[in-house]
Amino acid sequence: MWSSPFILKPSSVSGIMLRVLLALLPAVALYVWYYGPAILVSMTLASVTALSVEAVMLKLRDRPLKPFLSDNTALLTAWLLALSIPPLAPWWLVVVGTAFAISIAKHLYGGTGNNPFNPAMVGYAVLIISFPVQMTHWLSPIDLSQASLSFGEQLQYIFSGSLPSGTGFDAVTMATPLDTLKTQLHLHRAVAQIMQMPIYGHLAGKGSEMVALGFLIGGIYLLAARIITWHIPLAFFGGLLFTAEFFHLFNATHYASPMFHAVSGASVIGAFFILTDPVTSPTTPKGRLIFAAGAGFLTYIIRVFGAYPDGIAFATLLMNICVPLIDAWTQPRVFGRKKDDQP
Amino acid sequence: MRKLHHFHGGVHPPTNKTQSTQTPIAPAAMPQRLVIALHQHAGGNASRPAVQVGDHVLKGQIIGLPEGRFSSTVHASTSGTVTAIDRQPVLHPSGLPDLCVTIEPDGKDEWIERRGVDYREMHHTDLRQHLRMSGIVGLGGAVFPSDLKLYADKRKIKTLVLNGAECEPFITCDDMLMRERADQIVLGAEIMQALLYAEEVVIGIEDNKPEAIAAMQRAIIAGNYQNMEVVAVPTIYPGGGAKQLIRVLTGIEVPHGVRTTEMGAQCFNVGTAYSVYHAVTLGEPLVSRIVTVTGNVEHPQNFEALLGIPVTELVAQAGNKPDSNGYIMGGPMMGVAIPSAEAGISKATNCIIASSPALFPPAPPALPCIRCIRCAEVCPADLQPQELFWFTKAKELGKAQEYHLFDCIECGACSYVCPSHIPLVQYYRFAKSEIWAHEREKDAADIARERHEFRQERLERDKRERAEKLAQKERAAAAAKAAAAAKAAATPEPATTADPASAPAETAKAADPAQAMIQAAIERARAQAAKVKPKNIENLTPAQQAKIAEIEARRAKIREIARPDAGQDEEQ
Repeated sequence: MWSSPFILKPSSVSGIMLRVLLALLPAVALYVWYYGPAILVSMTLASVTALSVEAVMLKLRDRPLKPFLSDNTALLTAWLLALSIPPLAPWWLVVVGTAFAISIAKHLYGGTGNNPFNPAMVGYAVLIISFPVQMTHWLSPIDLSQASLSFGEQLQYIFSGSLPSGTGFDAVTMATPLDTLKTQLHLHRAVAQIMQMPIYGHLAGKGSEMVALGFLIGGIYLLAARIITWHIPLAFFGGLLFTAEFFHLFNATHYASPMFHAVSGASVIGAFFILTDPVTSPTTPKGRLIFAAGAGFLTYIIRVFGAYPDGIAFATLLMNICVPLIDAWTQPRVFGRKKDDQP
Repeated sequence: MRKLHHFHGGVHPPTNKTQSTQTPIAPAAMPQRLVIALHQHAGGNASRPAVQVGDHVLKGQIIGLPEGRFSSTVHASTSGTVTAIDRQPVLHPSGLPDLCVTIEPDGKDEWIERRGVDYREMHHTDLRQHLRMSGIVGLGGAVFPSDLKLYADKRKIKTLVLNGAECEPFITCDDMLMRERADQIVLGAEIMQALLYAEEVVIGIEDNKPEAIAAMQRAIIAGNYQNMEVVAVPTIYPGGGAKQLIRVLTGIEVPHGVRTTEMGAQCFNVGTAYSVYHAVTLGEPLVSRIVTVTGNVEHPQNFEALLGIPVTELVAQAGNKPDSNGYIMGGPMMGVAIPSAEAGISKATNCIIASSPALFPPAPPALPCIRCIRCAEVCPADLQPQELFWFTKAKELGKAQEYHLFDCIECGACSYVCPSHIPLVQYYRFAKSEIWAHEREKDAADIARERHEFRQERLERDKRERAEKLAQKERAAAAAKAAAAAKAAATPEPATTADPASAPAETAKAADPAQAMIQAAIERARAQAAKVKPKNIENLTPAQQAKIAEIEARRAKIREIARPDAGQDEEQ
C-alpha cells in the first residue's frame, strides 16, 4: 500500500559504506608511502575473497545478490581486516581471515545488520589465535629495513612464500612497536630507554604513527560527514588514556606514556573505524560512551598485561557482547515522560 | 523576546512551498455537484442526516446534526438540491465508502440568514454550542471538534498557542491565509482566548514565512492586542506538530495520553481561529476552507474551496498534468493517498498534491537495518525507532509497547532518513493496530468470561437453593414422623424425637399434606419419565419379540455366570 512518508532523503547504506571506504584512503596512501605497495595486494586479496564468499553465502541463504553485494559492507570488512594484519603475509592468511569473517561472523548470524560481533575483528581474532607467528611479523618501514623488497619481490613472497636469495625474513620484517616494547620490558629495560630504539618515531613506531595520522584524518572526515558521532572515539581515547595515565603515573619506567598507547597499534583505526561499526555498537549516546570507554580500558589491559601485543580486537569483541545489555540500560527519556516511565 | 525551547530531532525535507504562493487565494469554481461527507470530524459518530433527497437547501443550512458528544455539524456548502444521501467514496485512507449528502448547486449560492453574535455578551456554554452547531473543527488536519477543546477546566490555561508553523512540505494554505486574512485570524483568536481565559496568545510561525509573520504582526498592532504575540520558530519538520510547537514556544512537554490543557496550554490551527471568527461574529458556519493544490499541476495555488467539491474538479482547476498517477491529501510526510479522486474535499483537506513518478519515485527495496540510528537522531518523541522496528518485526508487541510505541506520532521523520529505506512508520502503524485488535479481542474474551462466570454462579445458586428446599422438606418430613410417633406413644420420650425444637405443632399438622405433595410429585416424575422413554420397542412383530426374548435370556445367563460370587458358590 502507498502510504506516508512519500519522500525519502537521498541516502543509502552503500553510500554510507562507500564514504567510510573513502575515509580509509589517506591511511592507505601513507601505508604505501612508508611500507611499500604490499598492503594494496592484501587489500585486493581480501576484497576479492569477501565479495566471493558474500556471493556464495547469499546464494546459500537464498538472498538476492545485487542489493547486498553492492551495499559495500563486505568490502569494508575486507579492508579493515587487511589493514589490521601484516601486509607481507602469505596470501592464504588474509583469505582465511576474510572468509571466516564474512561466512561465519557475518552470514551465519543473519548477514548485514544482524551480526553481534564485528566481522573484521572476528577474522583477526581467529588469525592471531591460529597463526601467531605470521601475525606478529610486520614489514619494516622502508627506511628501517636492512634490505628492501621490490613490488615484484613482495608479490613473490605473498604468493609463493619465497624471498630473493640472500635476503632473510628477519631482514625485511620486524616485531611491531607494541610487541617490541613488551619484549624489551621483559628484559627489564626502562620505557625511556626502549623508546630510543630506531623503530620508534615521535610518539610511537616510525611509519605506523604516520599511518595512524592517516586514520585520524579519515576519522575527522567521518565526524564531519556525520557518519559517526563523537561519542565512541572520545570515550575510547578517554578510557585508554585514563588507564594508561594511571599506570604511567604509578611507574613511568615500566608503563609507556598515554600518548604512545593512543597512537600505537590499532588505536586510531579502532576508535574511528572499528568500534564505530553501527551494527555491533550500542545505539544510545550514553551507551556508546560506556561501550567505548570499556573498550579503551580493556585495550590497555590486554596490551599491557595480556599475552597478545595489541588488544583492540579482543576489547572490541568483549564489548560487543555487552551491547544488548548496555542498550537496554541506557534507554533515553521519551518526550514528555519521566525517566523510567512505563507506558 | 521570548525564550525558545528545543525538541529533539527533526528533519529538513525540501519545502516545495514557493510554487503555490505565487498567486493569491482564488475561489474555486462552482462544481457540478458537491459530495459532502457526514463524518468530517475526528472520532465519535457521523452526523445524522437532517435533510431528505429532493430538499432544497440554502448555503449554510444544516444537513447533518451532531450525534453524541464527539460529533459535529455539517452544512450545505452552497444552495441547491439534495440529489442523494448514500454511501460514497470519502477521503479516508481505508478507502471505505461513507454516508454523504450530494447537492446539485442551483448556482445562486444563496446563504441562509446569517446571524452573528457578540461573544462578550454570550454565555460561554452557549458560545460553545454555537461553535458546535457551526461545525467548527480543527482545520490543521486533525478535525477534532473545537467546542470540546475550548473549555478551560478551572481556568488553568496560561497560553493559547496558535499554530501557523505549517512545517509539512508543499502545504501553504495557512501561510496564504495569514498573509491575506491576518485580521480575521486575530479576531478569532480573541474569541478563543476569552473562552479559555488564557493569559496570552502566542502565534508560532516558521521563519520561512516572513510575509505571514509580518502580516500577523501588523494585525496584532492594528487591533492593539496586549497579550498576543507572533513568534518566529525555526523551520524544522515536525515543528508544527501541536506538542512540538507547544514545547518550542512554552517549554512544556505534553506526554502521550495527557491533554495539553492539563499542562496549561491549548493549541489551535490559525485556520480554525479564522473559522471561529466567521462562525461567531459573522454567523457563517464552516462551509469552505483554503486548500493548497500543488505537485504535478500547471498552476500550483491555493483555493478557497467549498466543502464537498470533488478532488478531480479542484485539481483540474489548477491544471492537472496528464502524467499524474495519484493524489495525496496533506503533505508528503504525513499525508494519505487518496483512495478515490471522486470524493469531495472535507474539513481535513488542507492540501492536495498531484503525484507523478518523477515527483514521488517509489522507494527502493528495503535493506536490513544497520542500526545507524539516523532514525533515533531525528525522532521528535525521543524514541528508538530501530528498537521499535526490531520488536515489531519479531512481533514482540509487548516489548514494543514497553519502548513507548504509542508515543510515536507517526511524523515519518525516521522513514525519511533511513538509509536502508525501511518503511518504519508502516511497521509502527501495523504494530499499533495489532495491539488494538488484540485488546479488542481481549475485551471480548473478558466479557465472555464474565458471562460464563455469571452463568456458573447462577447454576450454583440454583443447585444450592434446590438442595436447601429439599433439606427443608426432609426436615419437615422428619418432624412430621416425630409428631406422629409422639401422638402414638402416650408419653413421648424426648430422646426419640429427632429434633423437637425444630418440629413445632404447625409443621406436624402440615406433615400429612406435605407427604401427599411429595407423593404426587413422585407420580408426576414417573409419568414424565415414562413419556420420554425411548419408544423403539413398541409395536413389534411377534418374531421380533421372540428374538428380543431370546437375547434377553442369553444376557441373563451371561450376567449369571459373570456374577463374582456365582462361581464361588459353585466351588463351595
